[in-house]
Amino acid sequence: MTRLTDGIGASPRHQDAEAKVRGGFAYSSDLSRDDMVWAVTLRSPHPHARITAIDTSAAWAVPGVRDVITHRDIPGEKRYGQMKPDQPVLAFGTVRYHGEPVAVVAADDLRTARRAAGRIRVGYEVRAPVVDAVAALRPGSALVHPDGNVVAHTRIRHGVAQSGDLPRAPVVVRGEYAVKMQDQAFLGPESGLAVPAGDGGVELYVATQGPHTDRQQVAACLALSQNKVVIKPAGVGGAFGGREDLSVQVHACLIALRLGLPVKMCYSRRESFFGHPHRHAAVLRYTHGADRDGTLIYVQAEIILDGGAYASSSPAITGNAATHAVGPYRVPNAAVDAWAMYTNNPPCGAMRGFGTVQPCFAYESQMDKLAAAIGADPVAVRLRNALGEGGRLPTGQVLDGPAPVAHLLSRLRDLPVPADPDSLESPPRARGVGYAACLKNTAFSEGFDDYSTARVRLRVAGGQPVATVITAAAEVGQGILGVVRQIAVSELGIGDVEVEQADTVFGPAGTTAASRQTYVTGGAVRAACLSVRDEILALARKTLVREHAPAIAAGSLAVRDGMIVDGSGRVAATVADVIGTTVIDKTAEFHHRPTYPLDPVNGQGDSAVQFGFAAHRAVVDVDLELGLVTVVELATAQDVGRAINPVAIAGQLHGGTAQGLGLALMEEIKLDSGHVLNPSFATYLVPTMRDVPPIRTDIVEMADPHAPLGVRGVGELPAHSSTAAIVAAIRAATGRWLNRVPVSPEDITPCA
Amino acid sequence: MTQLSVTVNGKRYQADGSAEGESLLFVLRERWGFTSVKNACEEGECGGCAVLLDDVLANSCLVLAAQADGASVTTVEGLHDGGSLHPVQRALLDEGAVQCGFCIPGMVMAASDLLRRCPRPPEAVIRWELAGNLCRCTGYQKIVEAVLRAAGTTREASGT
Amino acid sequence: MTPVLRPRDWHEALSLRSARETAVPIAGGTGVMVAMQRDDLRPEALLDLSRIPELRRCRAEADHIHIGSGVTYTYISERLSASLPGLAAAAGGVGSRQVRNRGTIGGSLGTASAAGDIDPVLLACGADIKLTSAGRSRWVPAGDFYLPAGRTALGVGELIEAVRVPVSPGFQRFTKIGRRRGVVKAICSVAMVLDRAAMRVRVGMAAAGMVPCRVPAAEELLADAALWRGRTPLGGELLEQFGRLVARTADPGSDHAATAAYRRHALAVLARRGLADVWGRYRESEP
Repeated sequence: MTRLTDGIGASPRHQDAEAKVRGGFAYSSDLSRDDMVWAVTLRSPHPHARITAIDTSAAWAVPGVRDVITHRDIPGEKRYGQMKPDQPVLAFGTVRYHGEPVAVVAADDLRTARRAAGRIRVGYEVRAPVVDAVAALRPGSALVHPDGNVVAHTRIRHGVAQSGDLPRAPVVVRGEYAVKMQDQAFLGPESGLAVPAGDGGVELYVATQGPHTDRQQVAACLALSQNKVVIKPAGVGGAFGGREDLSVQVHACLIALRLGLPVKMCYSRRESFFGHPHRHAAVLRYTHGADRDGTLIYVQAEIILDGGAYASSSPAITGNAATHAVGPYRVPNAAVDAWAMYTNNPPCGAMRGFGTVQPCFAYESQMDKLAAAIGADPVAVRLRNALGEGGRLPTGQVLDGPAPVAHLLSRLRDLPVPADPDSLESPPRARGVGYAACLKNTAFSEGFDDYSTARVRLRVAGGQPVATVITAAAEVGQGILGVVRQIAVSELGIGDVEVEQADTVFGPAGTTAASRQTYVTGGAVRAACLSVRDEILALARKTLVREHAPAIAAGSLAVRDGMIVDGSGRVAATVADVIGTTVIDKTAEFHHRPTYPLDPVNGQGDSAVQFGFAAHRAVVDVDLELGLVTVVELATAQDVGRAINPVAIAGQLHGGTAQGLGLALMEEIKLDSGHVLNPSFATYLVPTMRDVPPIRTDIVEMADPHAPLGVRGVGELPAHSSTAAIVAAIRAATGRWLNRVPVSPEDITPCA
Repeated sequence: MTQLSVTVNGKRYQADGSAEGESLLFVLRERWGFTSVKNACEEGECGGCAVLLDDVLANSCLVLAAQADGASVTTVEGLHDGGSLHPVQRALLDEGAVQCGFCIPGMVMAASDLLRRCPRPPEAVIRWELAGNLCRCTGYQKIVEAVLRAAGTTREASGT
Repeated sequence: MTPVLRPRDWHEALSLRSARETAVPIAGGTGVMVAMQRDDLRPEALLDLSRIPELRRCRAEADHIHIGSGVTYTYISERLSASLPGLAAAAGGVGSRQVRNRGTIGGSLGTASAAGDIDPVLLACGADIKLTSAGRSRWVPAGDFYLPAGRTALGVGELIEAVRVPVSPGFQRFTKIGRRRGVVKAICSVAMVLDRAAMRVRVGMAAAGMVPCRVPAAEELLADAALWRGRTPLGGELLEQFGRLVARTADPGSDHAATAAYRRHALAVLARRGLADVWGRYRESEP
């Protein structure tokens, strides 16, 4: 039960937490029905091939097999995709990436399904894969899709660059950077349970970030109206962007409808590496022009994102990469081009940052390079150029709220550095300190209206007012359902609040992505609560009039701590008395402030709802002979606007920072001619408890006056400047100019 | 092929002999319904499936069901004594260390095993001993703090 | 559905081994279960050795430790650190706590993974491996056990029964490096055993793509008795040469974890540092 002390600013325990430590919390992979069948996906072993034949007869012949489906069996749209529906539900004609789904087999048990899938004979005419995104941009390159290799292109010209060349600058630094492909590596595998509804529809229990976007795509592929597909958010074992696209959804639902039986799907870890889009690998070419004192004059950037075989979220990611390309700095002139390219590498899409992590590595590296070129301190150069309130982005958008970039960097710089170890001599080691800053927008951009819906019901039970908040916001472990509860407690002034996770029968909350849920769903919950509060007060006035207290009824009234209080703070009635047997039931839709598309010529427009800012400091020790890096300490400062749940926020800062460390030092999907070489935790290394040092967090609250409760998006920022700061620290320790992440020991100590 | 009999959390469970070549993880989850034991990699890399096998911490994905025949297994449900929480579980809650929670059952098993063997481990030992339990959400920070708390120590006192 | 043969004792295990040649032995499972899960191994049957009491014993003899093949890494790292410090250090760094609790010395030898951490130590210690079949036993020196292409001297019908590791007075060291600090998969590793009685330093090394081996050419640099008696500090040039000889002997492969060049370089660094360490400790020790 919640208490009044569990409102905004407190850190009450999440309602799911006890079940999780006891082991009873059901994730999507834990669901089962007695009569369910297991389904398994057959995937392409080739990055590029023409399918000449698919012979499923041997699979059908395996005892216990119930169904085998290929593209021929898809009743509706054969392709899906949130932005550009170009991704086959099951391959037909051509497979375009290693791991592309070709068929699905359902059987009485998992082992039988796997064995039967292995019996399917697919004829492949192997083709040469397109694997170089930079080459794919050149005219005459082999095509991945007939319409050309460019998925999306965003062009920004700001300042004098709109009418001509960039100005001359006394100091010019250039760099070419590479960010390799990172995987979300959420621990809970892709999984779901599809149950036929009996009315020709289907219910799907699935771990997802976006139940309503899933529904829309599933319905289209199954040729069903959307109300026949009910997506029920099931327990999620982490997401980080990797559950925004479909994985098991259509496959499981289709077979469930065909068989009239529940269908369970659950990917293995190996399969998971093939089962969702990854973070785009990128090549970034930057030129920074500055005055001799380090004041930026211009930034020119070309960003080439390797989108892989299908579009996924690449169009929006490309826009983000471009709008975030210069970082949290005042840049009077900018020329930015960002492309997402098709290749036969694995499809890439949303991962914590959504196209802004890669530019952060590049622009922060450039700021260090600029500092070195003019002999200035790296923090000083950043402070000199830092954006602030009223600053203008290269899209022309003005920051109309606090933008404490300098403040965050200064706080980190002022933190004492951990004591040096006794000896840096044996073995030869060097200590380095690095700083980085970043920005990230909140919610969807360029005119997308990603609103949220919330419902609040208030009734009296056991003599006390009890509220239920209903939202379809996907809880992926970040704690949105807890935040929602806290907001309701504070806004209703009532301690007893429970939260229900709704399915898609309820209105959309928008995808759990883009650091948006606290802002948008928080806004919806707040709006619904305010509606409820208005109704309580209306009932209160009626009650008071009836009770012959018209003066009080006409005066100012407020709801506080379950009481109706008058203008002098005296209790006039209790909420319970005033409500009686009425049930107050209010639903609200919250739309964030409007945004606008970027104009196609110069990329100008107020495209973002809001920006958040963060900075990191990294302290590393480097074994100079072996090139091995120990991260000694990570510190971060982040402006969260208003901290609804400080402990949960700290958790996001810790977790995002650790993922940034992973990208800096060890995480890379390794490819060879489009083949994934390391689909395993043995060879795709994520940081362990021994790799991540203690992380100091400094949570700054500078409210956004345009946001509900002043909040700013939190979850993505920590994954940005963490990577850049660690690499900056390694550079400081070694004097080596590193331009690629993840950094390998050989980058630090090259050996012929 | 003989029947398998394993004592789980003090209670005897049986499976027919055809299960002997499966992993203990598979049998615990799919035959006996212990879904608290998680499958996050099935190759011994992540620790999500950690259980106590005859009081020794093991990744159940790497144990053959046949090897557990006649043995005793403890899962996270077997740790709470009559319903009340183990100190590690309580500390994880109090520290706010649980995000998605998928790593948590394995983490609880590993941490409780560590504290049984070493009641007041310094932070460096905690990080070394629990390195086989991956977490993707928390950056490990609050998990480490929770283990220190459960051990009755603070970060300062642990010598870090 | 893989049948599992479950011998109750060593005698029965050996009979089953010769009767069912295709049954794959499994002990801790940290190798076999992974290979099966990856579909690299599809055994017709498994031969479970995890509960053979004879294999799980360890005893100290006059000048060596006799370690049953079923003894776990945890046991070795926690109980043998005084008598076999190098082996204990290697065992203590394998995988994770969960893996060390189950993985066995016999399983490691049976898998003969090129990144096996204990192999360089067994070589540097001059260990022998007992291979037994229903008919006979033989002791194979570690140097003869590892063969090219991941094969070993284990013959048809044989099982690994035990490892005999000499205890030598002196100092030992094992180091491996990898891409991260927890659950480290070795890019390469070096074991160093300084035997003060024999006045010899023995070096073992391992890296992906090559057979774990000793480095006689480097060891030869320390074969001068005068060095030992005089407890002469080793000059920088000798240390460098030591490292170079290790690098020259090594023939590692390149894979997506590291290149051959880096492995060679790292082996030289680890060897040089290892020698400096054990020799420094020797010089500071009681005569």
